[in-house]
Amino acid sequence: MKTGEIVLGALAPHPPHLVYAENPPQNEPRAECGWETLRWAYDGLRASVRAAKPEVIVLMSPHWRTYVGFHFLGLPHFKGLSVDPIFPNLFRYQYDLKVDVPLAEAICQATAQKGLAAKMMRNPDYRIDYGTIVSCHMINPAWDIPIVGISSHAVSAYFNFDVMETTMKTLAEATREAIAKSGQRVAVIASNSLSHRHFTTESDVPEDMSREHIYHHGQYLWDMKMIELMRQGRAQEVLDLMTDFTEQATAETDSGALSWLLHTLNVPTSPAKIHGYGSVIGTGNAVVEWKGVAL
Amino acid sequence: MSASKNPVIAGYVLPGLPQPLLTPDANPGYKDLRRAFDQVRAEIANSNADLIVIYSTMWPSVIGHQIQARPAPEWIHVDEEFHDLGSIPYKLKMDAEFAKLYAQIARERGLHARTVDYHGFPIDTGSVVALKLINPDNRIPATIVSSNIYSDRAETFVLGKAAAEAAERSGRKVVAVIVSTLSNRLHQSFIDPQGDKIHSLKDEEWNQKILEFLKQGRLEDVAQLSRQIHREARVKKVGNFKPFWWLSSFMGANNRYQGDVLSYNSVYGTGSAVISLHPAPHAARDLEFDEDSPDRYQGERNVLAPSGESVSEFSSQLSLTGPMSSSAQSWSGAVPEGSGND
Repeated sequence: MKTGEIVLGALAPHPPHLVYAENPPQNEPRAECGWETLRWAYDGLRASVRAAKPEVIVLMSPHWRTYVGFHFLGLPHFKGLSVDPIFPNLFRYQYDLKVDVPLAEAICQATAQKGLAAKMMRNPDYRIDYGTIVSCHMINPAWDIPIVGISSHAVSAYFNFDVMETTMKTLAEATREAIAKSGQRVAVIASNSLSHRHFTTESDVPEDMSREHIYHHGQYLWDMKMIELMRQGRAQEVLDLMTDFTEQATAETDSGALSWLLHTLNVPTSPAKIHGYGSVIGTGNAVVEWKGVAL
Repeated sequence: MSASKNPVIAGYVLPGLPQPLLTPDANPGYKDLRRAFDQVRAEIANSNADLIVIYSTMWPSVIGHQIQARPAPEWIHVDEEFHDLGSIPYKLKMDAEFAKLYAQIARERGLHARTVDYHGFPIDTGSVVALKLINPDNRIPATIVSSNIYSDRAETFVLGKAAAEAAERSGRKVVAVIVSTLSNRLHQSFIDPQGDKIHSLKDEEWNQKILEFLKQGRLEDVAQLSRQIHREARVKKVGNFKPFWWLSSFMGANNRYQGDVLSYNSVYGTGSAVISLHPAPHAARDLEFDEDSPDRYQGERNVLAPSGESVSEFSSQLSLTGPMSSSAQSWSGAVPEGSGND
């Protein structure tokens, strides 16, 4: 069997507002417009994903938060209704997705062999989290590529960011090994925002862009710092700054997803492509693409 | 609002993890928690409660405060952590009218609040577990309010007061429930349920301190310890430990309760307790509690005597003159209106 490869890596944040504003048939609420800079950014990433021809998308979602180890979607097909518990007025989505169970099992097994707690999720009644759905929809609205869904283990809350970094590096090694053995072409995706302080109120028209801006200038400065490092191919510095960034920008990188992604990409030194940046209800979101790596 | 008008006839602290519902026989502690849930169910059934109001720490919100208003939400729920324990089909009964009133009053009090009424809305594991166990036949309608991840004490206190005002305006007699563990640290590896125990001795000590206070009816004292509890015994997933702020402000911010710890056990390392609090004339309030906000100083309390005795026989409050004296002298257990005990 040929060795698998990572054909693309991406930071693909999951604000449900983006799906809401796209008005796909799967989502019940209707929008006039909204968050175009990010949606156009996703147009670019979507084209890159199509061009890379991945056979599987491996994704970590901050909104499948698990407190005991990493969990992996473990059934071939999930179908149902996802209602966002935070923004139910914006996201009520009929999903229908396929899972690459053998690859999920392989990553899970490799993770466990490296000493981390890991478990397959095989309950057919399980409802897929909206983070997974939003990122997958924005990357591949046709849903014609199977996924591997990985939960976000709350290591940073239980221990600290250093432990999180070490844990995510270990998970990344397991991910790389399993992908290599699979012989498949894989895209790896971190589904998280950057700075992540929300407004706690919402305008009557959620897509009223006259009300949309970053929550605090300090968050913006931090987001730009991290994005600039990505643009310059300095992923190791992104990792080095992850603790301060996460704490000071209240960043959703506390999920570990971005750390896992960068380690899975073997800490890239080539410049990342920034498809776009924008705020969603005060949070900072960047759509970022990295080239694939041989394994 | 004075305590005598408070419409909350009982308060409960309930844990939200699904083991007592799904696998009660896996561990004697889970079984004991299940027994305690059953006891709460019987207490509520025998009460004259019209409504159960739940504040769930397992339902986080960002946009202000969300209040469940779907009359009959129905779903098959699966916990995102303990999905291998099984599915939880449910059909609940919500008091939509009360939910709307609660949201309206919360907004009147300056909060951002809204109701949610959507098919398939993901009601959290803790609320589902609680309602399945304490109200299995939906005899009493319920309302569930979210826990905003950013809110702190003042906001949460106002949310509790809004609940009390809504209950009073609606004329309903209410059971108030918080869904929360005490210490919330789960074991970080997959465990055999038979070996379940509190995650650490430190968590255990803090749990015992909380239980000691609540056994004495010192609800407001626990509320005032919330920041300390958050630092010492909570994994910091949110800004602060809020449920006792809500419960205390809803029930009346004092220590005048009969507290009963019906069960305390570990569930996957967390401190999980079923605790009841009933308004009571005899309580710890007059022993050490001095955190009310009176408009007029009522004199030194007899801190060495039981509260009832201190008021009826020894309390220096009896020597008061002026407008407060008549109400103080007439106290035969309940706090008089105008005592400044809000």
